[in-house]
Amino acid sequence: MNGLAIDLIVFAAIFWIALGLVGLAARNNPVFVRWVIFPLGALVGALVAVSAFLADAPETAISPLGLPDLPFHLRLDSLSSFFLLILGSATVGISIFSAGYFRNEEKHLGTICLQYHVFLAAMTFVLLADDAFLFMVSWEAMALSSYFLVTTDHKIPEIRSAGFLYLLMAHVGAISILLYFGTMGGDHSFDAMRKTHLSDVQATFAFLLAVFGFGAKAGILPLHVWLPEAHPAAPSPVSALMSGVMLKTAVYGLLRVVFDLLHMELWWWGVLILAIGLATALFGAIFSAVQSDMKRLLAYSSVENIGIIFVGLGLAVIFKAYSMNALAALALVATLYHCLNHAFFKSLLFLCTGSVLHATGERNLGKLGGLIHKMPWVAWTALVGALAIAGIPPLNGFVSEWLLLQAFLFTPGLPHSYLNMLIPVAAAALVLTGAAAGYVMVKFYGIVFLGQPREETLHGAHSTGKWERAGLLWLALGCVFLGLAPFFVIRHLAEVSMLLVGANISPDKAGWLFLAPISPERASYSPLLFMVVTLCAIGLAFLAVRRFYHGRMRRGSPWNCGYPIRTSRMQDTSEGFGQPIRQIFEPFFRIGRELPSPFDSAPRYSAKTEDRFWYWIYLPFARAVEYMAGIFGKIQQGRILVYLLYNFVTLIALLMFVQ
Amino acid sequence: MNAFGIFTQLLQLLLTVLLAPLLLGWVNQCRAWLQNRKGAGIEQPYRKLRKLFYKDAVIANNASPLFRMVPYILFGSMCLAAAIVPSLATDLSFSAAADAIALVGIFALARIFISLAAMDIGTAFGGMGARREMLVGFLAEPALLMVLFTASLISHSTSLTETVETLAHRHFEIYPSMAFAAIAFLMVLLAENARIPVDNPASHLELTMIHEAMILEYSARHLALIEWASSIKLFAYVSIGIALFVPWGIAQASDWLGIAFALPILIAKLLAGGFGLALIETVMAKQRIFRAPEFMGTAFLFGVLGMLVHFLLGA
Repeated sequence: MNGLAIDLIVFAAIFWIALGLVGLAARNNPVFVRWVIFPLGALVGALVAVSAFLADAPETAISPLGLPDLPFHLRLDSLSSFFLLILGSATVGISIFSAGYFRNEEKHLGTICLQYHVFLAAMTFVLLADDAFLFMVSWEAMALSSYFLVTTDHKIPEIRSAGFLYLLMAHVGAISILLYFGTMGGDHSFDAMRKTHLSDVQATFAFLLAVFGFGAKAGILPLHVWLPEAHPAAPSPVSALMSGVMLKTAVYGLLRVVFDLLHMELWWWGVLILAIGLATALFGAIFSAVQSDMKRLLAYSSVENIGIIFVGLGLAVIFKAYSMNALAALALVATLYHCLNHAFFKSLLFLCTGSVLHATGERNLGKLGGLIHKMPWVAWTALVGALAIAGIPPLNGFVSEWLLLQAFLFTPGLPHSYLNMLIPVAAAALVLTGAAAGYVMVKFYGIVFLGQPREETLHGAHSTGKWERAGLLWLALGCVFLGLAPFFVIRHLAEVSMLLVGANISPDKAGWLFLAPISPERASYSPLLFMVVTLCAIGLAFLAVRRFYHGRMRRGSPWNCGYPIRTSRMQDTSEGFGQPIRQIFEPFFRIGRELPSPFDSAPRYSAKTEDRFWYWIYLPFARAVEYMAGIFGKIQQGRILVYLLYNFVTLIALLMFVQ
Repeated sequence: MNAFGIFTQLLQLLLTVLLAPLLLGWVNQCRAWLQNRKGAGIEQPYRKLRKLFYKDAVIANNASPLFRMVPYILFGSMCLAAAIVPSLATDLSFSAAADAIALVGIFALARIFISLAAMDIGTAFGGMGARREMLVGFLAEPALLMVLFTASLISHSTSLTETVETLAHRHFEIYPSMAFAAIAFLMVLLAENARIPVDNPASHLELTMIHEAMILEYSARHLALIEWASSIKLFAYVSIGIALFVPWGIAQASDWLGIAFALPILIAKLLAGGFGLALIETVMAKQRIFRAPEFMGTAFLFGVLGMLVHFLLGA
């Protein structure tokens, strides 16, 4: 289907914009917008996913749109088609969910619909762009449309300031990316960039700019601050899109730059990315364990997952730098698979928090609880997402973790001895992060869905509608499918690794049932067999117990060690659950405690855990900017005479300079 | 996948599941002897299971379906763990489906489900137990993985059977990396199986209990399944220790004679291991719960050290 796939995807993106415009025009008919426009958007997402999955050769197109003499170049190769697959398949679930979710937003529905679909189209064009112009235009469109989506409830001051922070970080990053394109020179088409040969210093400079620019979007340390602010502010489907898909466009950008456009990998670039990734992952995991707001918790968990993705990326760069292409391919496949997995389970969890938020009006973990009885549908799909994100076999999170650990384990001696020592330490840190994710997910799931309702109002919580259920089900099934049948996607990833590192892992040797990236003797894993045997064991145990013993059961009040009084306030709170982590990793946090004196008649205890980076980087930086602005303010006199004088002086200076 | 592999696989699974309570009984009996008590006999765990299975289950009013599913999930996943840890033979047909990393994944699966079940009723004890269990697991899981990684770096394979075969073929000497790994593993074994000094299986003291706090609300057949699963877990852990650190004598080739020899050797090793466990529990005191992170952190560091030593010395 040469040339067809790219046309279909461009058509899909334009169709999304059209859907958005129709939605805006039909804003007085919210039922139409919700039940027709959003499901159609989901269908278009399916179209994008299918055509990206089936596209084979690199396909190029030149768009008639664009600036005079500067047509936009589009290109679909295996890397962009994989990320389009992520975009399309996650969008299906999120759009279907949105069809039900936005029922309370009738006032803004038209604008939400427009921005939502423009956001999708912009991300598509980011992934298709083959020149710097189109890339930057769509990158900015993506940032702006998501900014407006984040600030949907702009009447609330916190949301406005969260949106401002997001916009600021997005633009600081965008400037860096722009500078990167500037250093690459040429006519700013990606083709020309592939052909230019930079010296090591120039390339390193370009690389650092790209890491900063894309890192700001992805949320690496210390540029992560916008995530925990923007995600709670945004409506849940938007959080899901931003966390599940938009963060991946930054990963795509970095992959494109490092492996494709710069196509020269220095080993210490890899070490840098690896170190940033590890720091980000550990930091994200530890911080998500102490959060009390469920969307902030998930935002920090996104930071953690981006860290894991960067670890894999760094490892791939290191291997590529030493021409160990097969291992680079393994690390790359693990990274890419994790991108896809994260799109599914993180979107799923964000949507679940959206349902909980709608049903209870509460984001604070300390005021939730027992929702498995009221919202079983959400609770069971959330369980799938939580287990997947904690890296529990046989779900999808485990597959990418497994692949990444394999890449770490089979480093057959890198030539650099220090590096050789760092790899096991990095593997240890990564494993620690994975275990911390389990802790976080037990906290999240246990406190929101299990136990007793912590507030009276929760007894009136209602279940979700059909659209929401369908959206959640799609994403949950995706987690299960990607966990049980990784072969089908990983086979597809072989093309990407061929393109980027010139080698691929050979999953075909082991057959579709087993996952054996190097050889079956070294390591193999079969999620399907795993699942079947576990289910058999569970089923046999169940049948045996039923067959040989009576199945009598009584319900009674809980035993609770015989203590008669038991209220919902006596359960572990989210702060309590996070307390051990806060204690072990105390130096990481900035903790403000207020302890009551023993004589207080109404004692109050409060502890506030904050991010040190605010105080280390952002606040000093903000103060410096303010100070500089004050200095520059002095030359702004507001009188035309003074400005004319400035003009005159500048002109004289320039004339002297030219001569 | 040959018939012999399937046979040894089933035999080992059956033996493990059926004999696991016996190991627990042996440990308890040894402890009783060491403490100058008479003890209840090594078959006591079976009596307890039988009693529990015949009782009527009482379940809290607000228990969700998850609460009733968890005992079966625990039992199933521990059976799986018992199937893939090579204790009797290395010719296991199922071992290709799950390697060392997956084994750690199975333990994580069991841990997360039991913690969720503990939080389901919404009692103070349940939540506290779940939190403590996850805390111990948060540090024990990476430590266990580091131990297994050290072994798989030696064998160039994460497959447990390949690893054990490689280790069994080596000469008997002390390898520095495995020595560090052994210390780490012992600490993980104690912590993960709710043993002294991290937890006390015989205590219901609210300030210190971890595992018991989580299963307070279970009764009858559900409790029986959980107890049984815990004993399989202990058996699996001791088997991992045997397979990694003293693998000599395990049946390797596909011959019936090997299995006939391997069985008594395995039993002898288990008896010795169980006695060692009882000895540790007798001479050590239970730590304060706040010391558990230090204990587990030490185990983790020993595990990392083992891996580093392997990279440094290549042994």
